[in-house]
Amino acid sequence: MADPMKIRAQMKGDVAEIRILMGHAMETGQRKDAAGNTVPAHFIQTITIDVGGKRVVDGQTGTAISRNPVFGFKMKGAKAGDKVIVNWVDNKGDKRTDEATVA
Amino acid sequence: MNTTRRTVLRGATASGVLAGLIAAGALRPTLVLAADWNKAAFDAKDTSTALKGLGAGTAAESKDLILKVPDIAENGAVVPVDVTSNIPNTSSIAILVDKNPTALSAMFSFANGALPDVSARIKMGQTSLVKAVAKAGDKFYVAQKEVKVTVGGCGG
Repeated sequence: MADPMKIRAQMKGDVAEIRILMGHAMETGQRKDAAGNTVPAHFIQTITIDVGGKRVVDGQTGTAISRNPVFGFKMKGAKAGDKVIVNWVDNKGDKRTDEATVA
Repeated sequence: MNTTRRTVLRGATASGVLAGLIAAGALRPTLVLAADWNKAAFDAKDTSTALKGLGAGTAAESKDLILKVPDIAENGAVVPVDVTSNIPNTSSIAILVDKNPTALSAMFSFANGALPDVSARIKMGQTSLVKAVAKAGDKFYVAQKEVKVTVGGCGG
């Protein structure tokens, strides 16, 4: 199981800013290890964000996202206390779901 | 009369119809929450193939699509990208890097109050144009900017 995500969701005026830090190696499948063997690709493929029980962001990512990905999103219509649920699934079927609350 | 044969034939017809429905997208074999990963678009080696995979053949340049990237990235493994669309009804944003081994980095769809605004950190193999492609209604818009990379973020 992958490391927990760090999720921060904060109201700035009427806009909620959501920032997510995911712990993931994000191997491109192009890198070679010290022995010269290609490291197989291992990367997050889908990301979803639900706020207050509604799907707000549906994302797909490729190998070109940096190691330990950081994403930032903004949304209207959220309020303090809303639950933020972030979920990702990678190409090996590993997944992780974490929650936070809009502050 | 050979009833077994009839039953088999009837069954075959029914499952044929079912397979057709699944192929047409009317029925999904499993109820997935996230949209299926767009393999065709993400495996594309160049930008135009990736855009075709996203269903965006032609994209018009737009000043309302704001792409913020550094002019020079010292470390190609971590290039901050920020895309904001001021185009009405923007439903999704994709980030592409022309000269990466696979052009498409990420794409995001927005709904239920999410603003078409995303920031991410991407990898760049070499100096290249970075493109943001936004979908609004049935139309696609593009904004692009060159990022100079001093140390590549792929391979190594």
